[in-house]
Amino acid sequence: MERIPVLRMGNFLLVTIQVDMHDQLALQLQDDLTNAIERNGAKGVLIDISALEMVDSFIGRMLSDISAMGRILDCATVLVGMQPAVAITLVELGLSLPGIATALNVERGMSLLRGKLSNLDDHDANER
Amino acid sequence: MENFPTSMTTTPTSGEAPLRSEHDIVLARQLVRRMSQSLEFSLVDQTKIVTAASELARNALIYGGGGTMHWELLKEGTRNGLKLTFSDEGPGIPDLELAMSDGWTSGTGLGLGLSGARRLVNQFEIDSRAGAGTRVSIARWK
Repeated sequence: MERIPVLRMGNFLLVTIQVDMHDQLALQLQDDLTNAIERNGAKGVLIDISALEMVDSFIGRMLSDISAMGRILDCATVLVGMQPAVAITLVELGLSLPGIATALNVERGMSLLRGKLSNLDDHDANER
Repeated sequence: MENFPTSMTTTPTSGEAPLRSEHDIVLARQLVRRMSQSLEFSLVDQTKIVTAASELARNALIYGGGGTMHWELLKEGTRNGLKLTFSDEGPGIPDLELAMSDGWTSGTGLGLGLSGARRLVNQFEIDSRAGAGTRVSIARWK
């Protein structure tokens, strides 16, 4: 079965969506990612959508859901690389993806995740 | 290289695509993308009509039990446009006004399909009655 690969990089998971997803594939990714978060004890997920030429309400909701599920599993999600035309369309469609952290590219997304993680470490150290 | 018969070298100005499976939604999106590119729509306009098509194709499949997307290249003076009509023979929409409002859904969606698609195009028409299927036409001009 067709699947979008989920890569592990230390504490983080990396997903690059490079195909025009049909709905089932999007739901499969949601399943695979939440399972991978649990299995790897991942602290962050970075989703690169720079190759996506369209985000409709279904894919938008899938991205929101992944972020919410990750949060409940103590894992931060950052969405990176959205094309400007996609962002314009998404907002006009009525979806502004509230609650999803975003960054312009993979590099900034990674430093955002690392920042979140080190804030948590500081917090833990202070509590001890 | 093969020589195509002349009938194939003239670009068709209308056609139809089935909406019977999730994969058909993907194919419909790709077809609309190619047509909007051939009309030299800007990238933002391409993305808008592709996204609107995706919403309406999914509606026809999920709520209408499948249907078709009819497409037509429009020409009005020097203006070019693309018209898409999504038809299904599903249960129809009893209250159109309600269905057109943001956030209303009869299923499990976000309720942005119809109202959102309308915001992404220049022309929008909907015809639906309970028990008589649904027909949504959209057009976007260059």
